[in-house]
Order: sequence, then C-alpha cells, then structure tokens
Amino acid sequence: MKKVYERNNIALDMPSPYCPGCGHGIIHRMVMDAIKEVGQADNTIFMAPVGCSILAYTYLDLDVCQPAHGRTPAAATGVKRALPDSLVVLYQGDGDLAAIGTAEIVHAVNRGENITAVFVNNAIYGMTGGQMAPTTLEGQRATTCPEGRNPMLGQGYPIRVCELLQSLRGLYYAERTSVHDAKNVLKTRKAIKKGIENQMAKKGFSFIEVLSPCPVNWGMTPRKALEYVEKEMAAYYPLGEFKVDGKIV
Amino acid sequence: MAEKVLMKGNEAIAEAAIRSGLKCYFGYPITPQNEIPAYMAAHLTKKGGTFIQAESEIAAINMVYGASCTGARAMTSSSSPGISLKQEGISYLVGAKLPAVIVNIMRGGPGLGNIAPSQADYFQSVKGGGHGDYRMIVYTPETVQEAADLTMKAFDKADEYRNPVLILGDAILGQMMEPLIFKEPSGRTFDKSSWKLGNRKDRPSHLINSLSLSEGVVEEWNWELKKKFDLMTEKEMMVEEYLTDDADLVFVAYGTSARICRAVVNQSRKEGYKTGLIRPITVWPFPSDVISKCTRKTKDFFVVEMSLGQMIEDVKLAVLGRASIHFHGRPGGGIPAEPDIMKQLKEIMKK
Repeated sequence: MKKVYERNNIALDMPSPYCPGCGHGIIHRMVMDAIKEVGQADNTIFMAPVGCSILAYTYLDLDVCQPAHGRTPAAATGVKRALPDSLVVLYQGDGDLAAIGTAEIVHAVNRGENITAVFVNNAIYGMTGGQMAPTTLEGQRATTCPEGRNPMLGQGYPIRVCELLQSLRGLYYAERTSVHDAKNVLKTRKAIKKGIENQMAKKGFSFIEVLSPCPVNWGMTPRKALEYVEKEMAAYYPLGEFKVDGKIV
Repeated sequence: MAEKVLMKGNEAIAEAAIRSGLKCYFGYPITPQNEIPAYMAAHLTKKGGTFIQAESEIAAINMVYGASCTGARAMTSSSSPGISLKQEGISYLVGAKLPAVIVNIMRGGPGLGNIAPSQADYFQSVKGGGHGDYRMIVYTPETVQEAADLTMKAFDKADEYRNPVLILGDAILGQMMEPLIFKEPSGRTFDKSSWKLGNRKDRPSHLINSLSLSEGVVEEWNWELKKKFDLMTEKEMMVEEYLTDDADLVFVAYGTSARICRAVVNQSRKEGYKTGLIRPITVWPFPSDVISKCTRKTKDFFVVEMSLGQMIEDVKLAVLGRASIHFHGRPGGGIPAEPDIMKQLKEIMKK
C-alpha cells in the first residue's frame, strides 16, 4: 500500500495548545515539514517568541530557545553567529515582531543575518486576550480599541511589515502568504521551504509573513475568521513576493 | 615570564576576556566604556570571534543570551544608563540558567547624568536591578591588574554556576592606564553538553527557557536557583582586609573609593591614627561576616562611596548596631578627596 500521509516526527505526541481554528498549528506543521525535508532536524535551533506560539516548545522535538518579548531576532543573531552552520528559524507574532521588537527585526534584517523568519500576522495579541496589535486593521475591534481601531484617535495605522522591510538591503527574500484556504496554504508551504533553503545556501535573511486567523480573539467562528483573512486582511496586506534574490519585486 | 604591559582598564578587561576564550562580544557605544567594543572590534574578530555593534543595549544583552545558549562564552559591556537597559536581559539570563559576563563601567546618574566616575549603581547591581528573585556575583576591581584578573575569573564562575557575573568598575578604572601582567587563564573546561543548543546528535532536544505556566513549577525553579545562590554566598565571597588587626577605625570601601581610602589609611597611620580598610572584592556575595567579626575590636566603621550611600546599608546590616557607622559620599560623578576624608576622620577620632 502506498503511504500518502505520515505524522511528522518533529511533532511530539502532545495535544495542541492552540484554540480551535487558530492558524499556528498549520504553520508550525509546515515549518516542521520544511525542516524535515531538508534533513536538518538535528541541526535546527527554533527561536520562539513571547506570545501564543511561545508554547511551540511543548510539542516540537527540536532545540528551542525562548528569549524575552520582541528580542528573538537579537537572540537569533547570537545563536547564528556562534553556530553559523546551524539552521536558525525565527518564529514571531505581530505584537512581538512589529511592536515591542521592531528595532530588533529591522536591524537583524539590515545586518543580513543568515536566518529564516516566519512572521505570523493575526492582527491581535492572542495570549494576553485580544488587545490591539500593530497590525490590527482599521475598524477592527480589540479589548484596547473596543470601538474599532481608529487612527484618528491616535491609535495608529496597521503596519505593513513586508513593505517596511523591503527597502533594507540586508533582506534577501520576503513573501507574504496566507493560510485561509488550501491553495494559499500550499503557497505558504513553498515560501517557508524556500526561506529555509535560502539559509542553507547562505543567501541571507528570508522573511515570510503569514496572514493567519484568530477566531477566539476576533469573536468569530473559524469559518468566518478565514473569510476575514481573505476579504479584509489580504485586501490591506497584499499577498505575494516582496523581495526575491535580494531584488525588490 | 609574562610581559608587563601598560593599558587602560577598559582595554585590560577586553584583552583578559579574549584570553579567557571569549567567542562573542555584543555592545553598544556609551562613554566611558567605548574602549571595550573598540578593542573587541580590532582584536576579537582576528581570533575568529564575533563582534557586533548592536542596535541597542537591549539587543546586545539578548545577543549574549542567544550566543550563550550554544555554549559559547559571551559578553557585553556598557555604562550605567545602558546597564539599566540590560536589566531585563540579566533577569532572563538568570531565569534560563545561562552564563554570561557583563561589565558596567559606572558613570554619574540618575538619568543621562554625566560621564564622570560613580558608584551609584550598587543597589542595581547587588539587589537585583531586573525583576524576580535573583542574584549574581559582582566583582569590584580596584586596579587595572585586578580588573584583568577578575575578568578571567568571571568567565569561569559564570560557566561554573550557569549564571551571569557582573564586573562593576567606574570611569576611573576604565580610563586610567596602569602596568599589568596578564595571568594565564585557568584553562578550566566546563561540560555544557547537557543543556546547550545545536549540533544535536542522539540526544533529546534541549530547551532554553524561563517560562512555565504549570502550577508550582516556577516556585520549584526558584528553590533550585536559591541552592545555587547559597553556594555562591558560601564559596565566592572575596574581601581584602588591610591593616585591620589593631585598627580603632576601619574604612569600608570598594573599587576606586577603596583606592582613595587606602591612601588615607597610609597617611593617617603616619599621623598616629590606627585605621584600616575592609575592601569588598565581591559586593555580592557581601563580606558581612568579616565586617561582623571586626565589630569585636573596632567600634567605628567609616564607609566611603561615590554615591549618596548605598553599600552603607549592607554595612549596617553586618554591624547590627554594635558599632558606629560614619559616611562620606560624593554623588553624580564627584570623587572623594583624601583631605576631606582625613578631616572627617580626625573629627571622628577626637570624640
């Protein structure tokens, strides 16, 4: 009989800590698959953020480093410089990467650190219970913008991170993808794999932003949340490549 | 025999670190410690090590966190305002049980203050400037030679205890040139294979982390850390007692202040005053027992600090009312002057 599906052995046999309909599980799976496909599980250091995905270590059979909130790109720099031949995978959410850790991601990219970053943008602080994130859309409700985010009230505009990083010469590859349907999941899988292959070929910084649903904190059903990603988020955060082979697309 | 060289304190610290097997240095410019990153940029990279001028002190301490995760000897340095920014990182290093060496070449504060020498970061250094229950060994060198020696020791102690170690100097120590001889590093090796990240083969995965949301786990972790802190208290205290045997009055001072007090002791003895000096070389663990024992024969302690008085609180706890405690302090970059201390000493001795 032909085997068509197999559990990735990087995933420990533990229940997922994530809420129903959350995108982290599927994105983790694709990161694990890419690491396995390139045969680097024993050589990988997974850099966790502070946020929901801090819990990744509970079921990843990988060496994991969990630094302070937002500082993951700086810590990843330390890891990679000390062990240049290891595969360093950075995994951050929007509050971690685009608010408290803005300086760290900008400068890690600018130095052209040879690492792969997976940036999960779900437009909300999940772990702390649904506060406004730097990427929360205009009009989107959160506990700290209960009337919906309003830039006119001094709440700022949603930050487009790929566009922000695009001009930095240290950035080798950047793509924004989404996990709202099967087609886009496959595109995400390809982008993550490419980011990891770039690192192995010592090409420099690869950045993959993934739009992802957070139904619980958005107050939506999982299905409605997927529609929100497709119709609202992808409209403001255009999907596609931003930098390929060090060149702006 | 090793060669005698003339170096600034900052450079001696940097060179001693490189000789101790430093692999990764991360820093951010701030006066009066800029010679350390400059020395690292020029010399560490030639030895195959990594130097990064980070985007901030916060990034630098977190780069140390990352490098230390892999088992590499890692270090950062800064001066007072920059060290404030590193406090979060220091707390995380302790929480994650990671070795690191941190150098603070203190300047006047609070706020941006100035670039003059100061000892006003004592509380921050020994009482935990970051959050949570934690301790770390704090060395306070008095001379450039001692700065180099203690830097070498700091790397060993950081590895031995899997804990950050702080070297606490000031602008005078950092900037002055003195002759010194670099000692041979201990050559001690530390097996980090049970926890370090990377190059995994036939072993379970490792996790460097300071979080657990499960009930009781963090409390248990703290009790484990306490065992380590107790061991440090027991084994790592360093102090120099200078002419205390027959002293009627004993100065208590560290670093640059101790240097000044030593001169006052020498001068006052010439003038017939029996004085001595207790010089903590580690301000944590603090030489409380040595001071406490000294109260049996000495009834006057004279604390001198380049601050409004911080270490004096630990001296009070050691003395516990059994002797009088006098104080001379200069905050905000002021340097205690020998004649001023001598004048105050004579007034005390008159009574």
